[in-house]
Amino acid sequence: MATKPVPPPDSVNDDIGEAVRLRMYRMQVEIREAEQRAYDLFLQNLVKGTSHLSIGQEAVAVGFAAAMQPGDLTFCTYRGHAHTLARGVPIAKVLGELMQRDNGLMRGKGGSMHLTSVEHGVMGSYAIVGAHLPIACGAALRAQYREAKDVSVCFFGDGTTNIGAFHEALNFAAVWKLPVVFVCENNLYMEYTAINEVTAVEHPAADRAAAYGLDRIVIDGNDADVVYRTANAAYSRARAGEGPALIECITYRHSGHSRADPATYRPKGELEEWKKRDPIKMYRDRLLQFGVPEATILAIEVDARRLVDEATEACKAAPPPSLDILTSDVYADGGFAWRN
Amino acid sequence: MAELTYREAVARGIAQEMARDPDVIFFGEDVAKAGGVFKTTVGLYEQFGPKRVRDTPISEQAIMGAAMGAAMTGLKPIAEIMFSDFLAVCFDYFANEFSKSRYMSNGQVKCPLVVRTGNGGGVRFGAQHSQSVENWCMMIPGLKVVAPSNPRDVIGLMAAAVRDPDPVVFFEHKALYAVKADVPDGEIVDTLGSATIARPGKDATILALALMVPRALDAAERLKSRHGIDCEVIDVRSLVPLDTQAILGSVARTHRVFTVEENPRLCGWGAEIVSIIADEAFYELDGPPVRITTPHCPLPAADVLEDAMLPNVDRIAETVRRSLES
Repeated sequence: MATKPVPPPDSVNDDIGEAVRLRMYRMQVEIREAEQRAYDLFLQNLVKGTSHLSIGQEAVAVGFAAAMQPGDLTFCTYRGHAHTLARGVPIAKVLGELMQRDNGLMRGKGGSMHLTSVEHGVMGSYAIVGAHLPIACGAALRAQYREAKDVSVCFFGDGTTNIGAFHEALNFAAVWKLPVVFVCENNLYMEYTAINEVTAVEHPAADRAAAYGLDRIVIDGNDADVVYRTANAAYSRARAGEGPALIECITYRHSGHSRADPATYRPKGELEEWKKRDPIKMYRDRLLQFGVPEATILAIEVDARRLVDEATEACKAAPPPSLDILTSDVYADGGFAWRN
Repeated sequence: MAELTYREAVARGIAQEMARDPDVIFFGEDVAKAGGVFKTTVGLYEQFGPKRVRDTPISEQAIMGAAMGAAMTGLKPIAEIMFSDFLAVCFDYFANEFSKSRYMSNGQVKCPLVVRTGNGGGVRFGAQHSQSVENWCMMIPGLKVVAPSNPRDVIGLMAAAVRDPDPVVFFEHKALYAVKADVPDGEIVDTLGSATIARPGKDATILALALMVPRALDAAERLKSRHGIDCEVIDVRSLVPLDTQAILGSVARTHRVFTVEENPRLCGWGAEIVSIIADEAFYELDGPPVRITTPHCPLPAADVLEDAMLPNVDRIAETVRRSLES
């Protein structure tokens, strides 16, 4: 297992601070609760279509989001609930989209795999593997051209490292020194197949970095503090005009690839081992080590459950999308007219 | 008024828009310092500088993705795909990404970008550098598709494409790059979705696009002079939006219709137009609509073979004459 040991907490020299830590814990718990609820609602046939959960991987989305500034842009994959919520998109808007209700983020026109909230800097969730890496380059090109200071942050899975767009985007970003941070969430499986069975190098992202003149970065993706520090360093470089970064975060998804996948391809005991390193459990211990009172932690957990309960009820009460929007917004005039 | 080639009109059209709007940037393979492999973008790098006119690697997915990302965050990029055949290596962006992001996001994401590409045959490049692929794009909801046939329209439709809030695929015809015509001085701005009557006539309507427009015009002259058949030639110009009213209006005057399509026969743009005419102007017709297309074949490289494959003046004139006389 390619992870680093958790560094011992150092409360005297704490570079992150309690406010950020509590924020990161709260967000991880909210995402976990929301995604578990999405799964429960799926079993009740209230979440339809497909959904790809990040349970077990929350620390990556949260660490990178917590280090962002307003105006920074998130590009995520079809496994994008966590990254969307981590930017502050209301839970009801995400659950509503999963439940195909009128209160959803895109009123049911996008679905689980295409969560988008431009006002929160969530520039879309992309369901064609690799497509969004070049798109993130384009957003970063705009920032560079306008001398804006925002960073585009692009999340993707380990499987993406074997598709052409990954390599085109990395070269493109590196040669133009674009302010874009590429985040590979290596959860050890592309979909149903172990990434190492189909990849020529041990670390599917980091071991390719040298080809584009980038640093080889592998971090523990289950430790939100490690993720947060790494994100801050990468964003600072990008904002300073020093170009892109490629960061491989080692993590593990507790569920299957999608709702259709029971994940029986995993060796016995592997999930149990990784659950010992559950990012939320580890972070809870961290907070206690730093002296955060148990009551404060419990209050966050109770609050997260309440928020998810309230969002669930709001979504259940929401109507289905109106047929008025069926053909709207194909073109900029608001409709779908292709002829006179 | 100045005489310009179609290739010079491309550069003038882009320059007109870049001078007007600092949000317009332009990039592609060999487009900046080299001025384009077809010399369509000569002078832009010198005029607008390396921040706005950029050479990319041979990475069509990166080019299309970057255009989309720049467009959705506020710029108005023009991106070149050197040969339209290469749309196939970055087709995800056309089929799934910039065409659908507005709809999927319920109107949040906007992609005002232009993809310019060298389309069409007649230049002896063989099956992978000669195709007419405008129908690949025409079928995708969310895209707009134009294909100018002359230097003036290159400038006017380029301006319309750049100013349009939707993604526009701009098909330049490689075999037209050397064609010269008089172009008015000053700003030229056209509208998307407007066909033009390239030649008025009363006996039959010939619908044509890009390189097929001059061929249809030559055929119409021959039909008039040799057979007394007076054809109206419509330059369709814009496939999406489609100027259906101009087409139906012409059919209502002539009562016969022919399409001249460079694409292989199946699912060419003319098939869609003929189906519209069948739906909406059936009783105007005095005879069956006739499609003149490339056969359902790849294009060969050799000149005698390629010339025999693409619709030419002889085939157009002969097909129209036989149809009208039968």
